[in-house]
Amino acid sequence: MKPFVSLVGRGAVLRIDNVDTDQIIAAEDCKRLAKSGFADALFARWRAKPDFFLNRPEYAKASILIAGENFGTGSSREHAAWALRDWGFRAVFASSFGDIFRRNALKNGLLAIQLDGALLEWLRRLVEDNPELNISVLLKEKTIAVAGESIPFTVDDRARWLLLNGYDEIEVTLTKAAQIELYERAREEWLPTHLPSRPEPSNVVRVRP
Amino acid sequence: MTGATLIDKIWRGHVVIGEEGEPDLLYIDLHLIHEASSPQAFDGLRVAGRVVRRPDLTLAMEDHNVPTNTLELTEPSGREMVESLRRNCELHGIELFRLGDRRQGIVHVVAPEQGFVLPGMTVICGDSHTSTHGAFGALAFGVGTSDVEHVLATQTLPLPKPRSMRVEFMGDLPQGVTSKDLILALIAKIGANGANSHIIEYCGTAISRLSMEARMTMCNMTIEAGARAGLIAPDDTTFEYLSRTPHAPRGRAWERAVTAWRKLPSDRDDALFDNAVTFDASSLSPFVTWGTNPGQAAPIDGFVPDPSLFSDQREKSAAARSLEYMALEPGRPIASIEIDTVFIGSCTNGRIEDLRAAAEILKGRKVAESVTMIVVPGSMEVRRQAENENLHEVFLAAGAQWRLSGCSMCLGMNPDRLQGRKRCVSTSNRNYEARQGPQVMTHLASPAVAAASAITGCITAPATIAM
Ligand code: SF4
Repeated sequence: MKPFVSLVGRGAVLRIDNVDTDQIIAAEDCKRLAKSGFADALFARWRAKPDFFLNRPEYAKASILIAGENFGTGSSREHAAWALRDWGFRAVFASSFGDIFRRNALKNGLLAIQLDGALLEWLRRLVEDNPELNISVLLKEKTIAVAGESIPFTVDDRARWLLLNGYDEIEVTLTKAAQIELYERAREEWLPTHLPSRPEPSNVVRVRP
Repeated sequence: MTGATLIDKIWRGHVVIGEEGEPDLLYIDLHLIHEASSPQAFDGLRVAGRVVRRPDLTLAMEDHNVPTNTLELTEPSGREMVESLRRNCELHGIELFRLGDRRQGIVHVVAPEQGFVLPGMTVICGDSHTSTHGAFGALAFGVGTSDVEHVLATQTLPLPKPRSMRVEFMGDLPQGVTSKDLILALIAKIGANGANSHIIEYCGTAISRLSMEARMTMCNMTIEAGARAGLIAPDDTTFEYLSRTPHAPRGRAWERAVTAWRKLPSDRDDALFDNAVTFDASSLSPFVTWGTNPGQAAPIDGFVPDPSLFSDQREKSAAARSLEYMALEPGRPIASIEIDTVFIGSCTNGRIEDLRAAAEILKGRKVAESVTMIVVPGSMEVRRQAENENLHEVFLAAGAQWRLSGCSMCLGMNPDRLQGRKRCVSTSNRNYEARQGPQVMTHLASPAVAAASAITGCITAPATIAM
């Protein structure tokens, strides 16, 4: 992965709290085997409404989604992060996130950035008044620079370190293989294990749809 | 030194590497996979030339995309996902319970009933409702596809330790009130984000008297309060349940295991939690959701709230939005809302006890003309058990459909998705907009409420159906 150090872009304000992953991308649209190409599915149902924020011309060039509270709550589907990224978003600001979504987003280079509620509201007003405003996200400094102000944010430290260096997390963990093996030798022998058995055929099943 | 919580003890026992200022590298005892969140993870392994580190700690299930009226994979896109899982499991030597296997079913129903989930274990799955397994005193949480890939490759996850929250339920649940109502009431109280980033430990008299099935319902829906996981200390109820499962340890190993499990509960007096709340369970009534997140729920004898009376501006607009989608007017009695579909099933309420509760109410009665009701056992094992008890006869005689096992109508991913502007009482866990189909309105409730509602055609308290 390429290191991710900073980003400059425009914001788009979505004034809905508790946006769940089923709204970001419906289950039906997750039935693809690829990891990209989900842009068309992003907020598909809500996008059918002409005044939905993604349809507004002033937000056409936005790369920062400015949301509310508990963004990305619900399902573990990583497709939600893929769809936002595929659409062109590189960061999401919220006052809180669904935990799994936050992890998923950061693993795909989509900065899930947590802002204090009052600061978030200030920023939302600012962008609503002036959608062309440039917002700089400085990952190293953990600050946002906008309209001459510098706002601190919270982001997962580990994800930040991986992003700043462009590291592959699995590769990092694989360097610890010796310690993992050591741990495995001490595991209780009664812990369950599974090895492939033959599928057990079912009896004749009665089906009455 | 202060005492340790159940969470502390499990966590400590699984730290492979713990360094100051770094997330702990946590060992994963059981990795459950299914066809909907794993294809891209296996693909990532392939691209990087990696292998599955512990196929023997990995167990696969076909559940999200399978139809429940036939053993044939009728939808091309769903079939593609299932076939991809089959190829991956074959290639990496992973146990897979395929459609048609006697053991197939929803991953969170099958793993516990087979005895693969034991107290003190760490369990992950690319599915948010992995929290279900916390009912056994295991630390279980959902992850996305990247983390699935990480666990496939390393059997570990780097994780900062989440904060802990103790939720105590005092008193006994009243007759006819279930753990589904308990968890809906909790989320209604603390909100759909009320336990954000926490791991909840449930305790108190109301919890210790719950069966394993009921505990799984609680832990399953813990994620809907924004929590990372939810768990309940193992006790004799847990051990008794496990002793009847096919894969729990036996003989000497069982004894050693139980000795270890008895040491797991939080130290009584001095275990430290980051947060604690206490609720009285004794005055609860059945709960039903009226909105589009699981926190928007009310007692069944209550009313659809009036958003204009909400003092919090954001709650006000959220409630107004929800009511618009749900086509409900403020002040309407919950128990007057007409419905046309009833779904009994899912990893929340698709277990044998849930089917018994529904059958008890439906016995000798008919599903209303206006209602389509489907009953989808959480696993083929649950289905067999129900048939041994003749529960299926009750459902069929009432006019309900008796299906094979899968996620079914819980999410709009398989052929059971609803079409059009349907209104459904569902025993599942999410009432999000369009969760069950593009325009569907979902009311979450317990199996008893769902069955009672099927009979009358509107949301109905089980107590009002004369026994
Ligand atoms: S039944 Fe529903 S919640 Fe449970 S695993 Fe399936 S889709 Fe997810």
